[in-house]
Amino acid sequence: MSAVHANIENVSRRGFLKGLFATGGLVVAAEFIPSGAAFAAYATGAAKMAGGVVSDPHVFVSIDPSGLVTIVAHRAEMGTGAKTSLPMAVADELEADWARVKVVQSPGDEKKYGNQNTDGSRSLRHFIQPMRECGAAARHMLEIAAAQRWNVPVSEVQAQNHEVIHKPSGRKLAYGDLAAAASALPTPPADQIKLKDESGFRYLGKGNVQIVDLFDITTGRAVYGIDTKLAGLKYAVIARPPVMGGKLASYDGSAAMKVPGVEKIVVIEGTPPPSKFQPIGGVAVIARNTWAAIKGRDALVIKWDDGPHASYDSAAYKAQLEETARKPGKVVRDEGDPEKALGSAAKTVFAEYYAPHLAHAPMEPTCATARVSGGKCEVWAAVQSPGGTQNELVEKLGLKPEDVTVNVTLLGGGFGRKSKPDFVLEAALLSREMGGAPVKVTWTREDDLHHDYLHTVSAERIDAGLDAQGKVVAWRHRTVAPTIRATFVPDPKLEQAGELSQGVLDVPFNIANLRCEVGEAEAHTRIGWFRSVSNIPHAFAIQSFVAELAHAAGRDPKDMLIELLGPPRLVKPPAEYTNYGDPLETYPIDTARLRRVVELVADKAEWGKKLPPRHGQGIAVHRSFLSYVATVIEVAVDDTSPNMARSASRTGGSSRTISTASRSFASKNRRR
Amino acid sequence: MVKLRVNGQEQSFDGDPSMPLLWFLRDELGLTGTKYGCGVALCGACTVHVDGQATRACITAVNDVSGRSVTTIEGLDPQGNHPVQKAWRAFNVPQCGYCQAGQIMQAAALLATNKNPSEDQINSEMSGNICRCGCYQRITAAIKAAATGA
Repeated sequence: MSAVHANIENVSRRGFLKGLFATGGLVVAAEFIPSGAAFAAYATGAAKMAGGVVSDPHVFVSIDPSGLVTIVAHRAEMGTGAKTSLPMAVADELEADWARVKVVQSPGDEKKYGNQNTDGSRSLRHFIQPMRECGAAARHMLEIAAAQRWNVPVSEVQAQNHEVIHKPSGRKLAYGDLAAAASALPTPPADQIKLKDESGFRYLGKGNVQIVDLFDITTGRAVYGIDTKLAGLKYAVIARPPVMGGKLASYDGSAAMKVPGVEKIVVIEGTPPPSKFQPIGGVAVIARNTWAAIKGRDALVIKWDDGPHASYDSAAYKAQLEETARKPGKVVRDEGDPEKALGSAAKTVFAEYYAPHLAHAPMEPTCATARVSGGKCEVWAAVQSPGGTQNELVEKLGLKPEDVTVNVTLLGGGFGRKSKPDFVLEAALLSREMGGAPVKVTWTREDDLHHDYLHTVSAERIDAGLDAQGKVVAWRHRTVAPTIRATFVPDPKLEQAGELSQGVLDVPFNIANLRCEVGEAEAHTRIGWFRSVSNIPHAFAIQSFVAELAHAAGRDPKDMLIELLGPPRLVKPPAEYTNYGDPLETYPIDTARLRRVVELVADKAEWGKKLPPRHGQGIAVHRSFLSYVATVIEVAVDDTSPNMARSASRTGGSSRTISTASRSFASKNRRR
Repeated sequence: MVKLRVNGQEQSFDGDPSMPLLWFLRDELGLTGTKYGCGVALCGACTVHVDGQATRACITAVNDVSGRSVTTIEGLDPQGNHPVQKAWRAFNVPQCGYCQAGQIMQAAALLATNKNPSEDQINSEMSGNICRCGCYQRITAAIKAAATGA
């Protein structure tokens, strides 16, 4: 990683992303190493997830007589590299030659494969260890098979690069020759499975493996959800109620039916809020090609009954949330006496921050193909949660799990949107309506933006008190946002523990008087998790506010940030804190690591260097989804864009890529 | 009846002549390497070549390319070894990969007319192709490498 020096003049998201590595900004991401010895067994929350953990090589590994090793990828691929990295972990422990490895994507079956919900930035965190165990078990089975063939003790044989060697004699047997015998063996018990020492890795951490779909992606052969081709395929687009909870009042499809290629118009019954993962209903146009379906939909004449959210006005709503944040809310973290400390502080500062609706907008819009006939359902779709999708289809169609097959394509981006399978259910319902013909439902970009499970809007207000030396002596953070739970249960009013655990309950600052409060908000849209979820508004507000405090105190923002992090310690959050479902013992909130990434990024970015007029540096640190990230951003203010850009970034902790999210926010109120 | 040439083969179409080339390629010819991203020429995922020019297939009607020659990602090189494709692999450009066919077609069209573009020229030419994973640095590096044969 190296620092380079140029100015970011354009702070649009794209300009930001380009600039982040190439020009003026810098992200330092701490590599994840579990506490204790590197790669020693460690506890995660994976076993508590639906389906739990499966690491049996009989499920994930097969070897044919030619020696071709086939490894199942059970997590969805949407650009994080999970389809490559987890099989790579298997192959490494297996001592397989990657050139003779084929990776296949599993269908949805959590009973067989364990948890498949590729969501929550946890594929590597939860599964690199089980997949290593899987490969090591398979390696041991090949060694046992060879030892039996030679009639020698297992201790005399060793698997190495796609063959097993008898060490005393130098005899060798290829994996292909051992496959049948090895696969007939039971899976060795855990105490017989020995993971490699890190020094023995062939692929992990070496940077010598490319993503398995690379050639197909560069030649147009890679198959995404939108690319499904089947004989007799029909194409559908759907007019959906424009307002959450809205219903179809009436429609006239006569003009639509006159569009050449349009074959049928079908009304989909919607599910009223909270609609969970169910279709929101509407009028589907089914045609011989996508274009005819789009034109047919354009020709529909529809009257909607918009329902109770008809008057939702995001500008008025913003004002309402901000007003709520100015009043006391429910206290969720309380240390010392912040009200008193605020009252007696030498100086008080406050700021309000607002994060607007955010649409996931994956490059590939949500899209699914389904064929429902003869009491069976088969779908082909870009889904993050194939197991969850299968469950929803079973329930919706009244079929048995073994009669519902969910084939997982590549995902052209996911960001949390494609873990919600409403669009797959739409395709299944339409195929049933079409007498079992396969139907592909395509969401146009307009559909994607309009009917998304939008990320929550949020108002954040922080008040702080400074003493005469400019040290922070009081901190009161109020957060007000409609909760994701509104998509699942009727009328919840408060952010839930899981949301508050993303930057609020775990705020790592060493402040004697600290209070966090949550205020009530009602949902008016479908709300869904969007990559990094509630860390977006929370970290944006908290880290921006540190810069405000530094400014008010006449101090350096980096110094202020480090002072707030305080001495090296593990933060003890309130009991409600969820830690992304993983144990705090394995993944503590470590202020020493936060400080280290701050110091490293400041060093690399030459924090405090001389800048041209109207340029500034900003610094932030955050722990999101158990990863530690610090960022320095250099921005230039120009007269055409009055709003400064704010940034947030994080790492998935994977070996291959750092993924970065950045957002520009529309507004901030400031007064001191 | 619209007649055109796609990846060297004669094609004809007697359906709606206003159908965007994108959907003709994908739904009628089964050439799904060309991607739908926005439908209004804002993202570049549908980029193909029409007589060698980078063109957004989502806003180009089939009728507009009557008698012309269209190249898609599938036809860029018979073995998938166009210098841009090779550079893309050498630099591990893609993540999710969805936008990459459009990126590659745009880059190939650039290099066909400008053998050695500057970084500014690359950024300018590629500015209409959006990558949601943020692969821009590797895209720029791969185009430079493809230009120089590095």
